[in-house]
Amino acid sequence: MNFELFIFYIFAAILIFAASRVITVRNPVFAAMFLVLTFFTCAGIWMLLEAEFLAITLVLVYVGAVMVLFLFVVMMLDINIEPKREGFVSYLPVGLLVGAIMLLEMVFLITQRYFKNENFPIPARAGAEVSNTEQLGLLLYSEYLFQFEIAAIILLVAIVSAIALTMRRRPETKYQKPSEQISATKEKRLRIVQMPTEKR
Amino acid sequence: MISLSHYLTLGAILFCLSVVGIFLNRKNVIILLMSIELMLLAVNLNFVAFSHFLGDGAGQIFVFFILTVAAAEAAIGLAILVVLFRNRQTINVADLDELKG
Amino acid sequence: MKFFYTLIPLAPLFAAIAAGFFGKQLGRVNSHRVTIAGVGIAFLLSCIAFFKVVMGDAPVFNETIYTWMISGGIHFEIGFLVDNLTVLMMLVVTFVSLMVHIYTIGYMDEDPGYQRFFSYISLFTFSMLMLVMSNNFLQLFFGWEAVGLVSYLLIGFWFKKDTAIFANMKAFLVNRVGDFGFLLGIAGIVYYTNSLSYVDAFAAKDAIAGETMTILGNVEWQAITVICICLFIGAMGKSAQVPLHVWLPDSMEGPTPISALIHAATMVTAGIFMVTRMSPLFELSEAALSFVLIIGSITALFMGLVGIIQNDIKRVVAYSTLSQLGYMTVALGVSAYSAAIFHLMTHAFFKALLFLAAGSVIIALHHEQDIRKMGGLKKYMPITYWTSLIGSLALIGFPGFSGFFSKDIIIEAVHKSTIPGAGFAYICVLLGVFITAFYSFRMFFLVFHGKTRMDKHTAEHAHEPPRVVTWPLILLAIPSVIIGWMTAGNVVFGDFFKGIIEVTPPHDVIDRLGEYHGGLGFIMHGFQGPAVYLAAAGVICAYVFYLVSPGIPAMLDSKLGFFRRILENKYGFDDFNQAVFAGGSVKLGHKLWKSVDMGIIDGPLVNGSAKSVGLFAGFARFFQSGYLFHYAFAMIVGLLGMLTWFLFN
Repeated sequence: MNFELFIFYIFAAILIFAASRVITVRNPVFAAMFLVLTFFTCAGIWMLLEAEFLAITLVLVYVGAVMVLFLFVVMMLDINIEPKREGFVSYLPVGLLVGAIMLLEMVFLITQRYFKNENFPIPARAGAEVSNTEQLGLLLYSEYLFQFEIAAIILLVAIVSAIALTMRRRPETKYQKPSEQISATKEKRLRIVQMPTEKR
Repeated sequence: MISLSHYLTLGAILFCLSVVGIFLNRKNVIILLMSIELMLLAVNLNFVAFSHFLGDGAGQIFVFFILTVAAAEAAIGLAILVVLFRNRQTINVADLDELKG
Repeated sequence: MKFFYTLIPLAPLFAAIAAGFFGKQLGRVNSHRVTIAGVGIAFLLSCIAFFKVVMGDAPVFNETIYTWMISGGIHFEIGFLVDNLTVLMMLVVTFVSLMVHIYTIGYMDEDPGYQRFFSYISLFTFSMLMLVMSNNFLQLFFGWEAVGLVSYLLIGFWFKKDTAIFANMKAFLVNRVGDFGFLLGIAGIVYYTNSLSYVDAFAAKDAIAGETMTILGNVEWQAITVICICLFIGAMGKSAQVPLHVWLPDSMEGPTPISALIHAATMVTAGIFMVTRMSPLFELSEAALSFVLIIGSITALFMGLVGIIQNDIKRVVAYSTLSQLGYMTVALGVSAYSAAIFHLMTHAFFKALLFLAAGSVIIALHHEQDIRKMGGLKKYMPITYWTSLIGSLALIGFPGFSGFFSKDIIIEAVHKSTIPGAGFAYICVLLGVFITAFYSFRMFFLVFHGKTRMDKHTAEHAHEPPRVVTWPLILLAIPSVIIGWMTAGNVVFGDFFKGIIEVTPPHDVIDRLGEYHGGLGFIMHGFQGPAVYLAAAGVICAYVFYLVSPGIPAMLDSKLGFFRRILENKYGFDDFNQAVFAGGSVKLGHKLWKSVDMGIIDGPLVNGSAKSVGLFAGFARFFQSGYLFHYAFAMIVGLLGMLTWFLFN
């Protein structure tokens, strides 16, 4: 048991504890907090895996943006907490059973069947000069450039759709609607009625 | 030393926890969304672990993109949730059965 | 040569098309002109062919005119085989057809369907010529079906009459039964020889004779017997043998010219012709020959009996035709094929004559057909009277007339035959002579002699029909008298059918009849046999019963009314067919409608499938709960399943 393994076990324990609290806690704000903890711990584990850039990104983007967004929404929605626990206990055994079975199967498949340890030797540690960021950057802007651009478009789509979904307009505000302006035709604006001339 | 199966097992545990979370949470859509974030986290862990043990940077690139997409999805999901709450005044999943056959 | 022979059936065909499609534009007179021209050309060319083939040295013509397709090694083609048998049939067909065409000008004078009738009888001539001239089974079958079709069209010519429509359906359906057997026979031949042409069939006949086939489980039959019996079933349908005879009396619903043409002289003889053509095959199967013999003799005797009590002038002649066809079939059964064809030829003449004479009487009396309402017509219609007498004398076999030669040869041939059933056949044909004479002269005396039983109005207007009607009678009477004398020796006893008809020595009855010493010798010989005396007895009986003491038939009726009822009922064949086949088919249809169509298809299959979709949808609805977590759970369970599969794979 060397230091690395020890650290790994501690982080793993915290991770599992936080994740389980996310799903069991009553108050959604607490659940969000626990999720933040989960992400932080996971970032630590990624550091162990020499993926520093991703670890920091996880914290910055995920925790910094996404979880904050979650918290905004949780606090904005005026939720009545109390009647939310009905039925929780009755479904617990089935849920735990399903989860346990799945876990056992997955672990068996992973460790015994498919991804045996012998086939995946532990690589040597890269030194301090090797920059994970640089490596990622080299790959990202050369081989995966197209995917990078697509990702940018996905983000744009997300922004647009979020606004489109939630924006409310006040009925009294006056503004121009260019689409209606263009589609106006003479027939829609003026109606000519045939009238015979009359003597006064 | 920490072997691959350690990380993979950890990922599996996270995944199963999120599945249980989806299953148990009948009342709160927000917790549902959080369980989904957990699921994505488990997958990310898998990718990073493999990337490390296979020495291939592609795994980390993939995580990069998953992060992007997850952020976008969380944003849109929450937007939908807000609109839903506006119209239904509830986030109880059990009340959302309009698509009942 | 090819063109020459092709023209023979095509001339009537073009005439038929012209009169059929352009009848209105052509008008009545031109329609009959063009059809008579067509048949006239056919007759003339047939005469030339006769002289070339029989008298001259022209070789037997057996060639393909047109190949329709070649499939699986079998050639489907139109081809002509012109040998002695063919030219004889061609002459008979075209001559009788020409006579009927001329006669029709007078008979159908007032009918609105004048052009249609001419078109049909020309079309019939074409079909019959194609049948007799064919050199392969396909064309034979085509001609077979075509004559059946035209017969249907002509029997139902007056299509507004219910009885005519009933009769034409009956004729077509009964023919169909025969055709089914015929097709099976042809299929048998194709199965063994993989070819439709006669030449190949005859070449392979010895090979087929050795084969056996298993039918109906475990009964083994000689292949040749099965094929021959199936072919004969076709002949039974077309030539109206028991039990497929029921259509012929009903076919008298059609106009009299067609009764003369189709149901006396030509179409009904197609079966006889076909069996003669197939003589090499029939000779190899004694069982088939016995079958033919028994059926023929039953028809000859029992149909004659029914003719005794008929009161419609055409029905008497119809039953007479059935009986004479039975004679021809008997001749086929004892392997006297040449005698059968000879009788076919003589019968064509005198029977057509008798029908046309009957038609002449009918139009003279304004479509009166009941012989009880006729009588004493001798003084009104002399030509019809004398030609009728000649025809009747020929029919009963009066010594010297053509019928005498043909019938007596058949009777003697049956007497000499040794195959199973010959004894029974001999009794039948002998009794048939008496009965033929009886009913022929019963009709003759009741129509032409005795007191006039018509009403005054009809009697005043009775007169000889115009010349277009009487000339064919005269022209047909001539061969009825002389053709027997002239040709019996060559046709029956000579080499006329050498190479065409094959007879195996054990069956060769003609040979056993001995030398033919000319016509006079045969007449003398005839007085030594019982047939002449039976015929005389029949005439005398008819004379006594109907002219001298008309009370005798009535007395016999009261005593033996039972027999009369059986005869009136035609032995129950019609009732049987109506009840079992017609009624059975209707009931089967009804049952199929109720239990299959409504019970299986409509209910379970159509409605049921719709309902089951509904049921399934109702069941599947439970899975669409609308709850997100249910769907998620379903997904997870699916994932679990997949994992388990990976586990155990």
